[in-house]
Amino acid sequence: MKWWGCIGLFCLFSILPSLSFPVSAQQKNIILATTTSTQDSGLLDVLIPSFAKKTGYFVKTIALGSGQSMAMGQRGEADVLLVHSPDAEKKIVAEGYGINRRIVMHNDYIIAGPKEDRAKIKGIKLASEAFKKLALANALFLSRGDNSGTHAKEKSIWKTAGINPEEGKWYQQTGLGMGQTLNVAAEKKGYTLADRGTYLALKKNLGLDILVEGDALLLNIYHVIEVNPNKWPKVNAAGAKTFSEFMVSKEAQEVIKNFGVEKFGSPLFFPDAGKKEEELGK
Amino acid sequence: MDLIFEGIKKAFWLLVTLDPEVFRITLLSLQVSGTATLISLLIGVSTGTIIALSQFPGKRFAVSLVNTGMGLPPVVVGLFVTIFLWRNGPLGFLGILYTPTAMILAQAVIATPIVMGITVAAMQHLPKKLRLQILALGATRFQMVWILVKEAKLPLLAGVMAGFGGVISEVGASIMVGGNIKGYSRVLTTATVMETSRGNFDVAIALGIILLLLAYFVNLILTTIQQRERPR
Repeated sequence: MKWWGCIGLFCLFSILPSLSFPVSAQQKNIILATTTSTQDSGLLDVLIPSFAKKTGYFVKTIALGSGQSMAMGQRGEADVLLVHSPDAEKKIVAEGYGINRRIVMHNDYIIAGPKEDRAKIKGIKLASEAFKKLALANALFLSRGDNSGTHAKEKSIWKTAGINPEEGKWYQQTGLGMGQTLNVAAEKKGYTLADRGTYLALKKNLGLDILVEGDALLLNIYHVIEVNPNKWPKVNAAGAKTFSEFMVSKEAQEVIKNFGVEKFGSPLFFPDAGKKEEELGK
Repeated sequence: MDLIFEGIKKAFWLLVTLDPEVFRITLLSLQVSGTATLISLLIGVSTGTIIALSQFPGKRFAVSLVNTGMGLPPVVVGLFVTIFLWRNGPLGFLGILYTPTAMILAQAVIATPIVMGITVAAMQHLPKKLRLQILALGATRFQMVWILVKEAKLPLLAGVMAGFGGVISEVGASIMVGGNIKGYSRVLTTATVMETSRGNFDVAIALGIILLLLAYFVNLILTTIQQRERPR
């Protein structure tokens, strides 16, 4: 019978602490569906604790691609979204699933590729021109392929370039997050479209260079959207509103402005609260 | 290769300094997977014993279902548990999506068929005459089952170890139903995935090493229990 005692001890040991999980009231929980870039860059690790401290809300951050985040908002499974896929965002606001879409910050996309730059796109001003050259050279291109904001942007650039890349063998979809896709590109010596934040965060291990940057088309704008409680009554509307207001507050904008300066020498995101989308990139 | 040394160094450093964040996610891994294994032990051994000892039409079908369940892909379990636990899903009223409780639930679903399948095999492996002998000596039905379970202790504990090993190392379901929320539902496997995508390979390797150490010590305890009263 001794060994049953041991098993009992093991069980108690494993079950007891689990009873003390913080059980917070439902109203104090906010589900934030966001993109991988805000988590992988580490920005949310700075913003969320200060929000929690200030308001007492407990934020459950679920990092997904922008497409999946918005699908969660559309189903009422998230309270507030922090995303970067403007066309899709406008659509869910127009359909009434999202309300109070507010601009939070921007950074930009870059085209990253191996140092050798086989397709010779370094320094090209227009992203669409660079994509055309990549297609012509049959240079390996790694696409996210996951309906994320970055993937949406990439597709719009291919459209501007007038190319349907999915026909080419040189075009591969990873179906992974930005960080992992950059790693795949580095490993295979391919090109990819990445947000600057994630690129800078991973740069030290990559060996990929920034080849194209600065095109207005490469602007990457983040908005915060509250999920409409009229469509989904179970949504924590008050919490979503508080979070959304916090993201455009002076305090949060100041954090965004300074985030990454110490570590990477340049900011990863530029605060934009109160600005108009059209004003950016000019 | 440098990276692996860096990782080992990092793991050592994180362990020696008792990094509070790493300590917390290690403890949560143990709690979640330990509780899930316990649940699967209760359901798996009892149901498995019933299946093994009773005769009923479609028994072979039931056993084949359990054996297939031993290979349940964690992501598929994660997907279904997520859909059930959604606010607007059938179990949405529980409000436990993105909590450690949801992770325990998903992991229990993964581990239960493993424990059950091994239980069925272990009980069926016992000599048939043993049952008759025990009953002939005047044991009640319940006592008979109890003695048989004790007799099958060795393979049953192997089943528990397999179940625990299956869930402590599983990432797909945990990340889907737990959400990898910092300081709340982040466990060793989901943290490893995240650190990898952040490019912090040394930390990712370190977390992997800590996971292996944790699994080793838990299995060491179970093995000690298993081997102590080995039938001679």
